[in-house]
Amino acid sequence: MNFKAISAAALAAVLTAGTMTATAQHLTGAGATFPNPIYSRWFSEYSAAHPGVQINYQSVGSGAGIRQVSEKTVDFGASDGPMSDEQLAASKVKLVHVPTVLGAVVPVYNIPGAKTALKFAPDVIADIYLGKITKWNDPRIVKDNPGVSLPDHQILPVYRSDGSGTTYIFTDFLSKVSPAFASTIGKNTSVRWPLGIGQKGNEGVAGMVRNSPFSFGYVELIYAKANNMEYGYVRNAAGKWLQASTDGVTAAAAGAAKNMPADYRVSITNAPGADAYPISSFTWLLIPIKSDDPAKGKVIKDFLTWMLDKGEAEANQMTYAPLPKSVIEMERKTIATIQ
Amino acid sequence: MNEPKLIPMPQTVVTAPKMDAVPSGDAQPAQTRLAAPSVIRQFLNQKSSGRVPDGLFGGLMLICALSIFVIVLLIVFVLVRDSRLSLHAFGFKFFTGTVWDPVSGDFGALPFIYGTVVSSLLAVAMSVPLALLVAIFVLEICPQFLRGPISFLTELLAAIPSVVYGLWGVFVLVPIIRDQVGPVLEKYLGWTGFFAEPNFGVSIFTASVILAIMIFPVISSISRDVMKVVPPSQREAALALGATRWEMIRISVLRNSRIGIVGSVILGLGRALGETMAVTMVIGNHPDMMKNLFAPGYTLASVIANEFTEATGDLYLSALIEIGLALFLVTIVVNAIARLLVWAVTRGNAARAH
Repeated sequence: MNFKAISAAALAAVLTAGTMTATAQHLTGAGATFPNPIYSRWFSEYSAAHPGVQINYQSVGSGAGIRQVSEKTVDFGASDGPMSDEQLAASKVKLVHVPTVLGAVVPVYNIPGAKTALKFAPDVIADIYLGKITKWNDPRIVKDNPGVSLPDHQILPVYRSDGSGTTYIFTDFLSKVSPAFASTIGKNTSVRWPLGIGQKGNEGVAGMVRNSPFSFGYVELIYAKANNMEYGYVRNAAGKWLQASTDGVTAAAAGAAKNMPADYRVSITNAPGADAYPISSFTWLLIPIKSDDPAKGKVIKDFLTWMLDKGEAEANQMTYAPLPKSVIEMERKTIATIQ
Repeated sequence: MNEPKLIPMPQTVVTAPKMDAVPSGDAQPAQTRLAAPSVIRQFLNQKSSGRVPDGLFGGLMLICALSIFVIVLLIVFVLVRDSRLSLHAFGFKFFTGTVWDPVSGDFGALPFIYGTVVSSLLAVAMSVPLALLVAIFVLEICPQFLRGPISFLTELLAAIPSVVYGLWGVFVLVPIIRDQVGPVLEKYLGWTGFFAEPNFGVSIFTASVILAIMIFPVISSISRDVMKVVPPSQREAALALGATRWEMIRISVLRNSRIGIVGSVILGLGRALGETMAVTMVIGNHPDMMKNLFAPGYTLASVIANEFTEATGDLYLSALIEIGLALFLVTIVVNAIARLLVWAVTRGNAARAH
């Protein structure tokens, strides 16, 4: 009697579990670490609003994300840098780039006793990393910072030792503003720095700069804000000195949106516009145009629409810069083509 | 330890079976030849048949031993297979090239090999004297009440995760080496060229100090255990012949346990060569080959940990896997040299006292 009741209950449980899994959708994505906090939040909120949909995101790095989505081991990828033409050609599935939010990179430094935020011209930053500007009291730094007493001390450049989207954005910007930087170093997730010290992660660079007097480094805007770090001004393409802010980053995207290519693979560093912060970049989701499983394609499509409608509004409070309106409208058309 | 216990047992229990066994004719010559163990043998035979378990156990051990070969061969196979692009593109130049440029796709591993070998050897050089002296002290000189705490703390050091060592290195060791140790070394040893400005605190030297602390418990506790098994009669003999305490330690303890001590050093060296996290956090991650130990460096394990996740492009990935192959080869070569040294030192003079 008892046994029968239990087995009936167990059978019922198995049956309901069976029907649950039949309708549940499990999606897996992998890629960039930079947008991981907001992606995690989006995916959990989306799952809460859509019972039966589970999206699992692994922040394994942009390179691994590109590899995994190209090999079809995950349902979608994510990257801080756009895929190259060769990478797109080598992919086993046709992919489309979908910009989600924007990030920025800020210069940080440690000069004992410095009170006001310093200003760094783009070519000055490039020459610090090229080893052409070696002292803090170099005339070119002094010229941009009138009234600040700069020490006669060697600059210690600090860079990211791990491959990262942050380094990609930073070197992309420096390659645009300095021909010498473009020809000797170039842009990539890791590059060959001629001098300086490498540290792992934003926390590594920030820690090194904080602990080493007279050092200079670069970190993500979000990291600098979350840790209340002071960071420098950078001169943008319009000649205006700007300290990074989410508004400045969105403005850079809006400036670049006017000639946005149809595949969204665009660099918005050194973007035009008086309020555009120059070291900014999109981060992208890499979505298969046609998923093998149509049900999954439908979920992805629905999620992307949800992201534009609801998700973008949350970007600002997490210190990510949201997409400008013009890009959102453009993306709606792209999303309509996803199957 | 076990044998003395076993012997009296069969004598009391097994007298009857022995009588039974005698009439069976074929066993007779064998038993007379193995006159002494026959009682025990029969007792054991009674418990179980020796042949089958012996064979099984022997086979099992053979499989376990051969699995080492299989594992090593598999590692080499995968490393070579996945790095074939880079092997093909650079050939042997990969191991002598000094440029590591992911942008232009030019890859050479020499600065990483240099950083790995120099930081590990320096760590061993710093750690071995300390570890041996601690081991000798604990075993021979230490008062009883200190022995427990020292041994416990030594083993505790081995249990600390490497990322904790790294954090401690960044926040404690780096400032000390930059502001306190560095200037002193520059002043007194600056003429050697090994200690020179600029010293930012993160350097090959700092990495070596961290590594020395990390491999200290391995070397110290293994060599202590090795010294412990030197028979007391050896010590007493040396003392009886009029040796001082130091002479006794040198002649009977160190002399008899030197192969075990070298084994512990090789184990420590192996850990130092492969250590990743703590080293990455304090070495500066700049692929340079400088005589100045205060300059930043880079190790093979660190570059893999740093760049693997974001490596895009097949050649780049392949070059990183070849770095793994290089680390494997460096480990083999360094171990082989260490073993050759042991062989050269111990060959033919095992019986001599000094």
